[in-house]
Amino acid sequence: MTELSNSAQTPTLRRPFSVRTQPGFATIAMVCFFLLYAPLLPLVVYSFNSGTSIAFWEGFSFRWYVAAWDNEFVQDATIRSVVVATSASFTATCLATMAALGTTRTRPYRGLTAIYAMINQPLMVPEIVTAVALLILFATIKAVTNYHGLAYLIIAHTAFCIPFAYMPIRARLEGMDLSLETAAADLYATPWKTFRRVTLPLVWPGVLAGLMLAFVISLDDVVITEFVKSAGQDTLPTYMLGQLRRAITPEVHAISTVLLAVSVAMVTIFFFLNRKMQ
Amino acid sequence: MGMGGMSTRKDSPAAVEANGVSKIFGDGSDKVVALDDVSVTIKQNEFFTLLGPSGCGKTTLLRLIAGFDHPNNGNILLEGDDISGLPPYQRQVNTVFQNYALFPHMTVAGNIAFGLEMLDKPRNEIDATVANMLKLVRMEELRDRQTSQISGGQQQRVALARALAPHPKVLLLDEPLSALDLKLRKEMQIELKRLQNETGITFIFVTHDQEEALTMSDRIAVMSNGNILQIGSPREIYDHPAERFVANFIGETNFLTADLVLAKNKAGKIKLSSGKTIAATLPDNHAANGKVTAVVRPEHARIVKPGTSAALEGRLDNIVYFGTDTHYHVKLGAEGDFIVRMQNSRDDAGKFAAGSKVGIAIDSNAAQVLRD
Repeated sequence: MTELSNSAQTPTLRRPFSVRTQPGFATIAMVCFFLLYAPLLPLVVYSFNSGTSIAFWEGFSFRWYVAAWDNEFVQDATIRSVVVATSASFTATCLATMAALGTTRTRPYRGLTAIYAMINQPLMVPEIVTAVALLILFATIKAVTNYHGLAYLIIAHTAFCIPFAYMPIRARLEGMDLSLETAAADLYATPWKTFRRVTLPLVWPGVLAGLMLAFVISLDDVVITEFVKSAGQDTLPTYMLGQLRRAITPEVHAISTVLLAVSVAMVTIFFFLNRKMQ
Repeated sequence: MGMGGMSTRKDSPAAVEANGVSKIFGDGSDKVVALDDVSVTIKQNEFFTLLGPSGCGKTTLLRLIAGFDHPNNGNILLEGDDISGLPPYQRQVNTVFQNYALFPHMTVAGNIAFGLEMLDKPRNEIDATVANMLKLVRMEELRDRQTSQISGGQQQRVALARALAPHPKVLLLDEPLSALDLKLRKEMQIELKRLQNETGITFIFVTHDQEEALTMSDRIAVMSNGNILQIGSPREIYDHPAERFVANFIGETNFLTADLVLAKNKAGKIKLSSGKTIAATLPDNHAANGKVTAVVRPEHARIVKPGTSAALEGRLDNIVYFGTDTHYHVKLGAEGDFIVRMQNSRDDAGKFAAGSKVGIAIDSNAAQVLRD
């Protein structure tokens, strides 16, 4: 046996496990990206189609954007979607911030785990179950109060937005050096001033992330909205769903493309905001 | 033990007074007694050091004074007023934290101004004080930097300036030099002493570094296992350690077993194993006779020729040359080694040879009897 064959048999220096070095990693990644983004491409392309077909390209035009813009049902649904998403995401973010403070800035207490579970419950329970439960609850209230306004939608959206707002805020609070708050208290800051001047500025990127996430989640919701909304209270997604039941036109493509652009813009803004604050 | 609230109000009360303070963390089998009935009085304008190994309770005592924790028993007075029940933001004490805890979203000047802003001082007063503080810690040119853009030593200075700016009655320092390298640490030791002189503020300094404690302090409290073992000036602590732990923790020491043959207040005479009798200092209220342990610092003894002036005799085992001084390791027989440290002079080279029989002369009043 020669030295050469000997050295060939000894294993090379062990590198730490990395999924990137596994065979097929690149292929699987490409397939995933393709499945995620490829369907978006025809959507965007056909939103600029000058014809009425969603399958045959007839030329470039902004026709369907103009049509959507002029459609008063779309206008109506857009305003309602924005009102609901803004109100719900703000309320949910405030509540989530308080919940995050209550679960990270206190001595561990009995029932803390149960509270985590309760805050995150909307993530676990099937949306349809929440939707039916809210439908029944709100039907009762509607019968008693005779109020049929937008508040039901806002409350429902707030409820399922809380865990989405809670997660980034809690992560940020947990990553924060606790001695900073101790130092603030040492320098005569009352608990409220400590929160305003130290805690909040430092968790602000988390709060913004929570707010944006909640906004997008609310803007996107179909199931709960469909169950909770009163007659004539379509949001953009439920309006689009309604349109699909009839002949589908590139108008839906145009609306979807705008929604896509809004969410891409928000993610990008958040990314740069966050990087600036680091 | 004095009852709280009945403190005597003199013209100048103590800066800080802790009366019978206990702090227990956890309960049941996880119970840890961090402080066990500790009482201490810290005078105005004093540089007072709490010295001890980690886990001795020194940081706990500091946190109780700052108000970050509350004692299970006893009370704490700040200039005569009981502050035990007050939250940290109502106590006129400020802290320099071990990790500095500078606010990362504020500039150097913003950090220093924070305490004054919280006290709702007028803007012009805040600006003037911040400028003064920046000058005091020699950081004027870095006032608008983010705290992440300055070095560790500079962060340390900002932390000091931030804590001094509201002119607290007492400044608490929690091992503030431990994160610095040796050279910077030496510089900051002098700097801290200067700041204390210039501001006239009482400093309470926590450290595990005996050298730091000896060089900077007016008085030192040596702590172990949640108790204060001895309080005194650096010289008292070093020359007259009252307990084995203190003697061991600070500097090098020779331990000798002896018989106490005479005790008159703090002055006593002890009979060494060699049969010789020497003078020794006794701790307070020591028993009149019996077996005792005495300690002698290595530099308080000299190597001599065996004979009448020698208190002890033994075989010279080892000679270690250190440049400015030489350490002589003498084997005493049953008692083990005795180390003598002597300053070198030009003419004593080769005076004593390893392996030869030598005597050890002990300076008058160099022996200290331990309490145990």
